[in-house]
Amino acid sequence: MKNLVFSLLALFLLSASMGGGSKIPSVKLKDLDGNSVNTAELSNDGKPMVISFWATWCAPCKKELNAIHEVYEDWQDETGVKVIAVSIDDARSATRVKPYVDAQGWEFEVLMDTNGDFKRSLNVNNVPQTFLIDGSGEIVWTHSGFSPGDEYELLEEIEKL
Amino acid sequence: MKKYILSLITVCSCLTFIAQEQNDELQISGNFQVLAQSYNEDSLIRADVPDELMTLNSFANIIARKGNFQAGLRYESYLPSQLGYPTNFKGSGIGYRFASFKDDGIAITVGNFYEQFGNGLTLRSFEDRNLGLENALDGVRVVIEPIKGLTVKGVYGKMRLDFDGRIINSEGFVRGVDGELSLNEAISGWEDKKTKITLGASFVSKFQADDRLDLNLPENVGNYSGRINVIHGNWRMMAEVAEKINDPSADNAFIFNKGTAILGNLTYSQKGFAVSGDVKYIDNYSYRADRALQGIAPFINFMPALTKQHSYMLASQFYAYATQPTGEFAYMGEVSYKFKKDTPLGGKYGTQINLNYSRATGIEKNRTSTEAFLENGVTYESPLFSSNGEVYFSDFNAEIKKKFSKKVKTKFTYFNFIYNNTINQGAPLLTGKQVKGNVYADVFVAEANIKTKSKQNLRIVAQGLRTNQHQGDWVSLVVEYTISPHWNFALLDSYNFGNKIDENQLHYPLGSLAYSEGAHRLSFEYGKRRAGLFCVGGVCRVVPASNGLTLTLTSSF
Repeated sequence: MKNLVFSLLALFLLSASMGGGSKIPSVKLKDLDGNSVNTAELSNDGKPMVISFWATWCAPCKKELNAIHEVYEDWQDETGVKVIAVSIDDARSATRVKPYVDAQGWEFEVLMDTNGDFKRSLNVNNVPQTFLIDGSGEIVWTHSGFSPGDEYELLEEIEKL
Repeated sequence: MKKYILSLITVCSCLTFIAQEQNDELQISGNFQVLAQSYNEDSLIRADVPDELMTLNSFANIIARKGNFQAGLRYESYLPSQLGYPTNFKGSGIGYRFASFKDDGIAITVGNFYEQFGNGLTLRSFEDRNLGLENALDGVRVVIEPIKGLTVKGVYGKMRLDFDGRIINSEGFVRGVDGELSLNEAISGWEDKKTKITLGASFVSKFQADDRLDLNLPENVGNYSGRINVIHGNWRMMAEVAEKINDPSADNAFIFNKGTAILGNLTYSQKGFAVSGDVKYIDNYSYRADRALQGIAPFINFMPALTKQHSYMLASQFYAYATQPTGEFAYMGEVSYKFKKDTPLGGKYGTQINLNYSRATGIEKNRTSTEAFLENGVTYESPLFSSNGEVYFSDFNAEIKKKFSKKVKTKFTYFNFIYNNTINQGAPLLTGKQVKGNVYADVFVAEANIKTKSKQNLRIVAQGLRTNQHQGDWVSLVVEYTISPHWNFALLDSYNFGNKIDENQLHYPLGSLAYSEGAHRLSFEYGKRRAGLFCVGGVCRVVPASNGLTLTLTSSF
């Protein structure tokens, strides 16, 4: 049986090496106003987008988004980037997302991934994990975890686009 | 099992074939994690050592996507699983596999899937690999959108209860249907209304054969709920009410009472200010795929705990709360405020405060007459939102976040806990014996982040816990230095200086080193861990004391 699994793995990896960059998979989420959003249709008019997975109970996630929040206006002026903060809070803490976002004064677009479908489809192991999407909708860079200063690396990657 | 693999290979080969036929590209992605731990003898902290001396938890997910098709699997290994990890994870094999098709207005999944109806009171199949929670459904799911704004989901399957080199599902079935209607999307002209209303309803039924000769058990147990979400400007309101027919189980000592669960939330928020209140009433709401199981065995549904989830060690790993499914009345209130820049309290950068209070108690249970019990097996009646005054848990916490300069940020937090360990059983002594009665604890935490260079940061967290019960007073100090984007070094010591038994006044030093590159992260940890709660996202499990080396590798591609 192991052989089967490994040949399957090999098959996958082979196909992977033939494929190109990846697009955002299609998952139906809700925004904070209750509107449905199809993640495959997320766009920023040809400019880069950042998708950051976070939760109200995750300290490094909040540090990352607060660090970006402090410089967000400058980033938008320089690069036109849009940040989408995807909350993986479940039923226990989902009602705490909107108050937290407002109290911090975040200007990000916030989506609710209560069932973890979007998280799973992007293979996120642990939060925070951040993805950079270029103007054509390709995922070009990703980073998991957050240490203060990582926001500069993200900006450098955005500026490369 | 072979059957599944073969069918997956077929699906995958088809995907590859289609990929060659059309220009639409096949996408392969995945992730994996390896968590290996070695254990040392340590009689002081009563560390456990497994016979194998080492443990390994590992998994890899692979998803293949091609146009509207998707297929994936997860290979899991527990050789054996980490000490303290739930015992329903053993051996190596495929623990999850699915194929799905999606088109406008319809999505079909066969195999394993995770699903949640509303807040999860009727159904939540879910995974958390760090904690060892897994109750994927195995069967079919169909999601349709017959009209704009209306989503209807149907699920039918068995639930994963155990894993021993292969998925071991429940004997019985779980099936359910859920509808959610967004009035603003469904009714033309309502799109831009200031008031947004979403309605939802779900019905779930589980089947398990009656295997008891002494009782006449219901074989099909229905669980149904209705919910509403209203957003009006800065206000938002959520409520869900659920009821379940009699469901005699090991959890409720085989009584024939029906169950009730109610959740409610009201929030007002604007930029820089938010206030919210939550209420919850639970009566006899344990809902499992196998009525004989208890403890770590998964539930079909989810009853969220109404408490704030903390991340500091002394506040999160000692006295953390989980819902009591047999009965609980709980509420929570929270206020957040940001003092603006250039005001007396705001200073140059603004100051943020947050106050939070939560409390959970038992519910009133009025015994029924003997005649009533003999007639229908109902042992008590409980008035809605009643409390019997017995505190299960209470938590008051206050947080101040203040940035002093471009280089120095600080955060101060105070916590006050009442933790009823007769109910919660999460406060063991070194001997493993649980303390009785309430633990009253105060926790103080000061955190400073100091930017030493443009991409380097020093983080210091000092924590103190004061209590006359359990193990007495603790202090803990974390010193962490990070060099973005790759390196992270941390030293931690927890010291139980207030233990009433002198020889138990122990230190628990721990060091860690981590390297990250993109979505890959490798970390080593060496040192001692106390027996206590390990929590992720507010769900906790009890882990034993250990002393040793942990290697963690996570990656996604």
